[in-house]
Amino acid sequence: MIAKTMQDTPTPGASANDDIGTATRIELYRLQVEIRDCEKRAYDLFLQNLVKGTSHLSLGQEAIAAGFAAAMGPKDKSFCTYRGHAHTLARGVPMEKVLGELMLRDNGLMRGKGGSMHLTSAEHGVMGSYAIVGAHLCIACGSAWRAQYQGQDDVTVCFFGDGTTNIGAFHEALNFAVIWKLPVVFVCENNLYMEYTPIADVTAVPHPAADRAAAYGLPRILIDGNDADEVLRTARAAYKLARAGGGPSLIECLTYRHSGHSRADPGKYRPPGELDKWLERDPLKIYRGRMAEFGISPEAIASVEATSKRKVEEATTICKSAPPASEHLLTADVYADGGWAWRN
Amino acid sequence: MAELSYRDAVIRGISQEMRRDKDVVLIGEDIGKAGGVFKATVGLYEEFGPLRVRDTPISEQAILGAAMGAAMTGMRPIAELMFAEFAAVCFDFIANEIPKQRYMTNGQLGCPLVIRFGNGAGVRFGAQHSQSIENWTMMIPGLKVVAPSSPVDIIGLMAAAVRDPDPVMFFEHKALYATKGEVPDGEIVDVLGKAKILRPGRDCTIVALALMVPRALEAAGILARDHGIDAEVIDVRSLVPLDTQCILGSVVKTGRMFTVEENPRLCGWGAEIVSIVADEVFWDLDGPLVRITTPHIPLPAADNLEDLAIPSVTRIVERVSRVLNGSRT
Repeated sequence: MIAKTMQDTPTPGASANDDIGTATRIELYRLQVEIRDCEKRAYDLFLQNLVKGTSHLSLGQEAIAAGFAAAMGPKDKSFCTYRGHAHTLARGVPMEKVLGELMLRDNGLMRGKGGSMHLTSAEHGVMGSYAIVGAHLCIACGSAWRAQYQGQDDVTVCFFGDGTTNIGAFHEALNFAVIWKLPVVFVCENNLYMEYTPIADVTAVPHPAADRAAAYGLPRILIDGNDADEVLRTARAAYKLARAGGGPSLIECLTYRHSGHSRADPGKYRPPGELDKWLERDPLKIYRGRMAEFGISPEAIASVEATSKRKVEEATTICKSAPPASEHLLTADVYADGGWAWRN
Repeated sequence: MAELSYRDAVIRGISQEMRRDKDVVLIGEDIGKAGGVFKATVGLYEEFGPLRVRDTPISEQAILGAAMGAAMTGMRPIAELMFAEFAAVCFDFIANEIPKQRYMTNGQLGCPLVIRFGNGAGVRFGAQHSQSIENWTMMIPGLKVVAPSSPVDIIGLMAAAVRDPDPVMFFEHKALYATKGEVPDGEIVDVLGKAKILRPGRDCTIVALALMVPRALEAAGILARDHGIDAEVIDVRSLVPLDTQCILGSVVKTGRMFTVEENPRLCGWGAEIVSIVADEVFWDLDGPLVRITTPHIPLPAADNLEDLAIPSVTRIVERVSRVLNGSRT
């Protein structure tokens, strides 16, 4: 069911071409495990009424965030949607900053002013999480345009869901990126549901991003988004193309979210057995098998898992004792002078 | 000093800033080789080349998105939206994305950009290409809003807008493009948030914006000549930041205020000014605060109907003289 990727994927196995290497594989696993543990903790904190507002988890979609982030350099820019905790963590933003923002505390990434749907850490190249579907594809074009105009070699990576492919901004951004040959990589995380509605019920083509690539003169790229190795290889090739002046890529990653759309959604619209089928293809499970194939020691794997658990506990402790958002920030930073004055 | 048209002032204002800073770039539909639908960017493509003056497809979301992403990461884009109403097809960027970036990110990112709009009536283009929409943007925290009325203000406020670290909505009035005014030689840089008293007066204050400014000035001349009313005329110029000190000072002196607004009546910018004046200098007033506006209607295309809709010199004179003379008897 997975179509051919943009480059040949080595056959897994001890004798396969190990173009990724042990250190990178451990890093890919670390990112996936830490995202998984942090997202599960976010859900627990929500059940305790400590995560307020809404939240959109990436449980089951960790390989995409890990693979694309692991291939980025520190100067590369990433844009994502409200389902952005994973992409924020994957760029190296500390868990306590993310959980603190989800809990709307003063220690959060934006000190409680943005919330779960707007995680931003400019120092990590995380140029924002955008909560109105579509806009950030166009905004990512602007970041890539700046790189092209100023002669900088960073790549802009833009993550979005399958539902985004049906809004006009998707099409405006794709056309724009192609005609200006912008160094931007568009990544569609196709988790099969726009929110509660199956994407197939509301889309003219079976693969919402890949099947539309031809309309913009782009190659059709459809990959297994639950295989971090495949994601990493695809990301590297796309970034290389962008840095070489070859223009944008549009990549559709097949995946599945294990939880509902948002915290309010138990996901009851899913047919029986579908989740179980996808849990068999859980990215962490796939990756543990991959590491075993390449002879990575159980001790190394256990160490990654133990470190992740410890980090989550430490972050939770910090966030629970953090003060609420500071009242003096209510009117801060509306304008660049730091304040909100609209009159003299 | 030379006489320059409002249209040529736009070109001069943009080119002044593009010569100063290579991160200032211009994007929009037909703005490059074609020189713009309003011919307000003629010559810029030839001077600055296709990488700095970029023609775009008909993709207003992509235009504003590109401007925003570039501004967030170190550039100073100027985006033209052509007819002001096209704001409605990319309003997500104007209302949700650009103005809220700084606040939501706790000051991590800002959007130093300028959006140019061809605003206003008088060219008989009908309901979707003639509206005055500056008030649509005035109500959004995080935006700054200017609407110059003269060539010299166009240049100076364009410079101020491009150099400002916040997003500035720059409303050019379509019916003013052909008008002319004296402009000094050399660099012109104004400041945002300063109104101008264009005609001092004792009896009342007339507050106007953009196309309504020359009409208010002409009306003030007639009021003085024919009605013995000495009106002070203020060009607001900048809705955000708003120079309330200038307006309040004038109203305290004259005791009466009229606003002249091209936007339809409900929630026009004058309502906010009236509210501020009523709140803060009520006991200095000698009579009601009066708004002279376009009625709450879509604009008709027919020239005679459009002229009836938009506040005219005659309507301003009649309304001010009737209200003031009535209050004196």
